[in-house]
Amino acid sequence: MPKHELILLKNMMTPGYTGSLKDYEKTGGYQALKKVVGKVQPADVTQLVMKSGLRGRGGAGFPTGVKWNFLPKDYKGPKYLCCNADESEPGTFKDRQLMERDPHQVLEGIAIAAYAIGAESSYIYIRGEFVLGAHILDKAVAEAQQAGYLGKNVLGSGANIQIYVHRGAGAYICGEETALLESLEGKRGLPRVKPPFPATSGLYGKPTVVNNVETLANLPHIVNRGPEWFAAIGSAPKSTGTRIFCVSGHVKNPGNYEVPMGITLRELIFEHAGGMRSDKKLKAIIPGGASAPFLTEQHLDVKLDFESVAQAGSMLGSGGVTVMEEGTSMVWAALRLMEFFFHESCGKCSPCREGSSWLTQTVRRILAKRGRMEDIETLKQLCQNIAGRTICAFGDAEVAPIMSTLQYWRHEYEELIREAEAHREKELPMAAARH
Amino acid sequence: MPRETSRDNMLREKHGKEIDDIISRYPVRRSALLPLLYLAQREQGYVTEAAMKEIAQILKLTPPQVYETITFYTMLNLKPVGKFHIQVCKSLMCALVGSDQLVGWFHAKLGIKPGETTPDKLFTLSVVECLGACGTGPMMQINDDYYERLTEQKVDQILSDLKKTGACPLKSGPFMWPEARSAK
Ligand SMILES: Cc1cc2nc3c(=O)[nH]c(=O)nc-3n(C[C@H](O)[C@H](O)[C@H](O)COP(=O)(O)O)c2cc1C
Ligand code: SF4
Ligand code: FES
Repeated sequence: MPKHELILLKNMMTPGYTGSLKDYEKTGGYQALKKVVGKVQPADVTQLVMKSGLRGRGGAGFPTGVKWNFLPKDYKGPKYLCCNADESEPGTFKDRQLMERDPHQVLEGIAIAAYAIGAESSYIYIRGEFVLGAHILDKAVAEAQQAGYLGKNVLGSGANIQIYVHRGAGAYICGEETALLESLEGKRGLPRVKPPFPATSGLYGKPTVVNNVETLANLPHIVNRGPEWFAAIGSAPKSTGTRIFCVSGHVKNPGNYEVPMGITLRELIFEHAGGMRSDKKLKAIIPGGASAPFLTEQHLDVKLDFESVAQAGSMLGSGGVTVMEEGTSMVWAALRLMEFFFHESCGKCSPCREGSSWLTQTVRRILAKRGRMEDIETLKQLCQNIAGRTICAFGDAEVAPIMSTLQYWRHEYEELIREAEAHREKELPMAAARH
Repeated sequence: MPRETSRDNMLREKHGKEIDDIISRYPVRRSALLPLLYLAQREQGYVTEAAMKEIAQILKLTPPQVYETITFYTMLNLKPVGKFHIQVCKSLMCALVGSDQLVGWFHAKLGIKPGETTPDKLFTLSVVECLGACGTGPMMQINDDYYERLTEQKVDQILSDLKKTGACPLKSGPFMWPEARSAK
């Protein structure tokens, strides 16, 4: 039994709930939309969201109302809302559940946001692999349209709110908001140089808001129960509301757990996810998806809110919490993530394109026991030359696994290298010649 | 660049209405590119050159613009793949719970390594990066379907079902994990 009140997962946790429009309406669905469209000024909806303290659940944690407020006022042309359903940050699998099990909650959230920012067309950019999710959303959009919640003249208010489901085609980088926009425009998903930010020049060069699925799913609840109610949940004042944490790795019960922000890693891992899967002790934790630096068992009492995790040297990111047990090689783990980043680098800027390749090759060499002590310095230098020097935040993300494993488990790298050095004489002459 | 006039109107003839519907969703035609490429791939299992040319025409693009876009995305195939495209997630979270073993089972059972197709053209094996199902690994996608929390037994059943009937009931439905528990 969950000891915290569920908000986003509440409906789907109710036995028999199918996620159909009928089921959703029975739980009070679309009441929030009815409350606002045509009745509350769009600017007041934005104020309400600002007051709630809601911050983005996609990774960066940007205050949602503030983002909406960046759109140019009195702009007459089209504006757009994009729901970021790309969910491809390794370790993250919550948006899939929100979309497949309670699609109308997401649609109502999109509709409220679209109304607030004045977007007549909204696009849900869903990762291509979620074929079932896209299908469920398509059906839900048709249902909601039929019922008058979406489409032209929503609920007789005069507002037009159209939602389209757009499938990506397999590219992690398309989760980055400007790459998402490029992809939605039918191009290669290369992030744009910012500024300009999407708020002024986004989809088709028009003012655009990009928000994550979970961010948007919170909106109906904030409207229904008030911003004060929302702001009282979690770690006030900066991390309000719940988060759906996606727990993976060596725990007994991996899965999605919705809890108020501010509970400790220990509570999440040991109470909600059932603790470690065997009697091996916990060794490492990635608290916020593959882009977040590793933490150790020393950090179990860190609170899961934006500030506390940042203070501990990592980030809350996408809410993907991966747990690794004693015996897991940290060099191996770093390499797995590095291979991911190497594969997914879009190639637009050289520090990231070349750096991800060098980092991968260097760590691979160390793991294969062919490394040299200088390699550790090389890794550090490479990381320093990538972070902060790229077009998008992918560059900062890709150095996280290397920097953090070097920080806490440098001895594992060194042991592998010492083994390599002990065997060096027996190596092929080619390796010696390259020295 | 002059556009080739291809007599091949296959997609338009067969799916004209669907194509118009897709294009109507966007204020700029090019946005319909990925959806149309999916449509073409659904038709033939991969995107043929003829399809690329036709789509370029429909969207008023050049064939290279279509091609450069395709090559960016891993889900669009430029070559035929087996009838069942097995894609095993190898990213860290799945690797922690045994995805390498999963790849090994396929190698043992089908005799193919990642990147290869069985001689009967039934199965292609690929290893891919995170599919957004990290809490239910090891996992894989076969064509449109996810299969999660895999064991060797499940893999045996999936392969034999697919061979026999082309479908397997072990595929994932609308996702939720952990499942809703009735209050204890
Ligand atoms: C490399 C990279 C990948 C990202 N992937 C995702 C993603 O899959 N889903 C997501 O919602 N946000 C992702 N983001 C964050 C988005 O750029 C953007 O900040 C977010 O969608 C904004 O929504 P929010 O304010 O509601 O969080 C990614 C960012 C980067 C740099
Ligand atoms: S940092 Fe990497 S992913 Fe981002 S734009 Fe540069 S090359 Fe592309
Ligand atoms: S790591 Fe395998 S699905 Fe995410």
